[in-house]
Amino acid sequence: MSTVVLSQVQADPRRFLKALASQEALLAIAVIVLAVAVGLYNPRFLATRNLSDVLLGNAYIAVAAVGMSMVIVSGNIDISVGSLIGVLATLSGTLAVNGAPIIVAWLAPLVAGILVMAFQGAIIAYLRIPAIVVTLGMLSILKGGLISVTGGKWITDLPDGFHLADTELFGIVPMPVFLMIVATILAALWMRYSAPGRAIYAVGGNAEAARLCGISQPRTIVMVFALHGLFAGMAALLYATQLRVIQSTVPPNLELTIITASVVGGVSILGGVGTVIGSTLAAILIAEIASALVFIDVSPYWIRAVQGVLILVTVVADILRRRRMAGA
Amino acid sequence: MTSAPALHDKAAPPILSVRGIEKSFPGVRALSGVSFDVAEGEVHALLGENGAGKSTLIKIVSGVFPPDGGEVIVDGKPVSLARPDDARRAGIATIYQELLLFPELTVAENIFMGHAPRKGFGRLDWRAMREKTRALLAALEIHDLQADRIVGSLSVGNRQRVEILRALSQDARILIMDEPTAALTEYDVTRLFDIVRKLKARGVAVIYISHKLDEIFAIADRVTVLRDGAHVATRRVADTDAASLVQSMVGRKIESLFPKITVPIGAPVLEVRDLERRPLTKKVSLTVRAGEIVGLAGLVGSGRSELAQTIFGVTPAESGEIRIAGARVAIASPAQARALGIAYVPEDRGTQGLVRAMTVRENFSLAALGKVALGGFIDRTAERKLAGEGVKRFAVKASSLEQIAGKLSGGNQQKIVLGKWLANQPKLLILDEPTRGIDVGAKAEIHRLMGELASQGLAILMISSELPEVLGMSDRVLVMREGRIIAEFSREKATQEAVGAAMMGSHDSAEQAA
Repeated sequence: MSTVVLSQVQADPRRFLKALASQEALLAIAVIVLAVAVGLYNPRFLATRNLSDVLLGNAYIAVAAVGMSMVIVSGNIDISVGSLIGVLATLSGTLAVNGAPIIVAWLAPLVAGILVMAFQGAIIAYLRIPAIVVTLGMLSILKGGLISVTGGKWITDLPDGFHLADTELFGIVPMPVFLMIVATILAALWMRYSAPGRAIYAVGGNAEAARLCGISQPRTIVMVFALHGLFAGMAALLYATQLRVIQSTVPPNLELTIITASVVGGVSILGGVGTVIGSTLAAILIAEIASALVFIDVSPYWIRAVQGVLILVTVVADILRRRRMAGA
Repeated sequence: MTSAPALHDKAAPPILSVRGIEKSFPGVRALSGVSFDVAEGEVHALLGENGAGKSTLIKIVSGVFPPDGGEVIVDGKPVSLARPDDARRAGIATIYQELLLFPELTVAENIFMGHAPRKGFGRLDWRAMREKTRALLAALEIHDLQADRIVGSLSVGNRQRVEILRALSQDARILIMDEPTAALTEYDVTRLFDIVRKLKARGVAVIYISHKLDEIFAIADRVTVLRDGAHVATRRVADTDAASLVQSMVGRKIESLFPKITVPIGAPVLEVRDLERRPLTKKVSLTVRAGEIVGLAGLVGSGRSELAQTIFGVTPAESGEIRIAGARVAIASPAQARALGIAYVPEDRGTQGLVRAMTVRENFSLAALGKVALGGFIDRTAERKLAGEGVKRFAVKASSLEQIAGKLSGGNQQKIVLGKWLANQPKLLILDEPTRGIDVGAKAEIHRLMGELASQGLAILMISSELPEVLGMSDRVLVMREGRIIAEFSREKATQEAVGAAMMGSHDSAEQAA
């Protein structure tokens, strides 16, 4: 697990090389190399304006991928998150235009996100129903419910002060980017150094062994989903507050992009392995590629195909690495 | 004991021989110049510690992967075994530890999967399939298995018989059995040996892999010992003894396989009265004292593991009482049991004991997270210290604390599973099959540790299906059958015959494991 390797960097030069070969390091290198390469081809790509737009417009995906990574590490999956983000964004916007205090409009998606996801987690954990089935059901409920209730109308005339993206920290760091970084770092530290964080890896790696060690699998799963709901709420907030309008529909294929970020970030689809640093870097890489396509005059519609290639390459590389380990 | 018949004297040409087999994996030389042969009607045992190269050798012979060098000769002609199908056509069949059957299908369907008799237009000839199955059953004198039984409902022993029949249905002349008795009860082992003897009589050559020396003496004609990928010795079983085989296996002399040390027995640590958890724990009462090793013997399915899991709170008791150090306690979850000072090393370290994807350090601290994570956050220094002490105490061979546990050998994995529980300083240690599937060297090490732990005042309840282990390690032996404790023997009175007879009860009840 790369988390462990990274902690040893100072201790041993061999470990440093190993750390360099970790998924996180490879992604960071890929982000930089891609920026330089596309920048050489078309310098406008490197304009501060463009780079910050890429980060601003995709911070919510990285934040959602943090929660998704926890869910996948715990041995589960959630395909309802895209729909939930659509619903929560609409909730936040509706509250804001109807005169609720801004702080209420901001906090409501977080609370609602935790509730919806904890509910799903409880069904998965206590009734022992596979996560893919439960979240598939929730996906339909949320998606269908949203379009039926709102009729797909756009929410406009959002009050001043609602737009988080307009605020900047210390005058330079846009709030969404700041939140993305903070969420990632806090989650990474928590996953690595806290006992409940360790429990997620244990449950995802070997549920039976974890149980015999006194770690409650159902409680861990409900906790993971509740946290995932918090991050989904945060993602919805960033999504709702970045534009002047909120389309009260579900962003198409959003859950797939989020899952892609987790998997490309090195989270094993089999559970038990992966970090949120990886998934955030992968989310940035995917956004960067999407933007780069425009600058090298390739249709942006290719981004979906590129995502597919990334997933396959990552998974195949992961499997080959495992096989080599197993053979040795 | 089998007296070696004259059939496979030096004169009898081997049906299968391998010559100078070489095989390397990245970073490991698995086999170097191994030669080996087996004759018609011979049982040739392969012996060696884990990692000695037994599995690699049989995988080459069964066509799982090709050798880097050397040749495989069947009936005097070199053959190329690039795929399992090539091996099948050469008349070689392998029965692996994990049986490869389709649990939803019947006995007959399983036997003829892939080569079912056909009628015109590719239709299956069900009647012929059933008849052929019956003929095979009759040939091996198996009377308690029906062609139409669903395989999923059979006992492990019977499933294994289905695999053997499957091999025979393909006219296999060379049968490889990889630790066939690992999951069998003593009764099923006897029945397996009956079948192996019948196969011998039919001229089938059997390559028999096992860790258990007594089995080799019971069934094999010759034995070949591998060590570190090299051929060490091939002997006629009649001309060797256990001590010299163990010595050639481990390359050193093991003084005693069971170094039981006598320690003063203290006050009761665990007292169980009339414990019930249906269907497999019925009115069980037992006591384990400080410094005492109590062996729990019984057939597979007699309820030993279920009893352990009830004491440990995995499947909490429905009635009865448990006392720990004299105080009555209620145990509803493993977490509570752990807090009361009970440690449980489960039977199946693969699925129950170890998180393979985690590092050695993380596995060691998993059961003691409360100790190293005060206030919810893990103290890395304390964690590393804990794991480091465990690695040292249990002599775990790992490249570092950061090595992924799943990459260690079986014996080292078992040491971690054992060690992680002791990090909690328990008062009672429940061991479920502590040495299943690990090599002789690691086994001796675990036995030594058990003795040491008992001498430190730990109470140990050990479940084991290996009678020599139970008899060798225990101060007292309890025998379970059908969910009840039906006999108790002191160390002096616990003989193989007495305990074995108590385990079996009458013969008609012995198949209830199915």
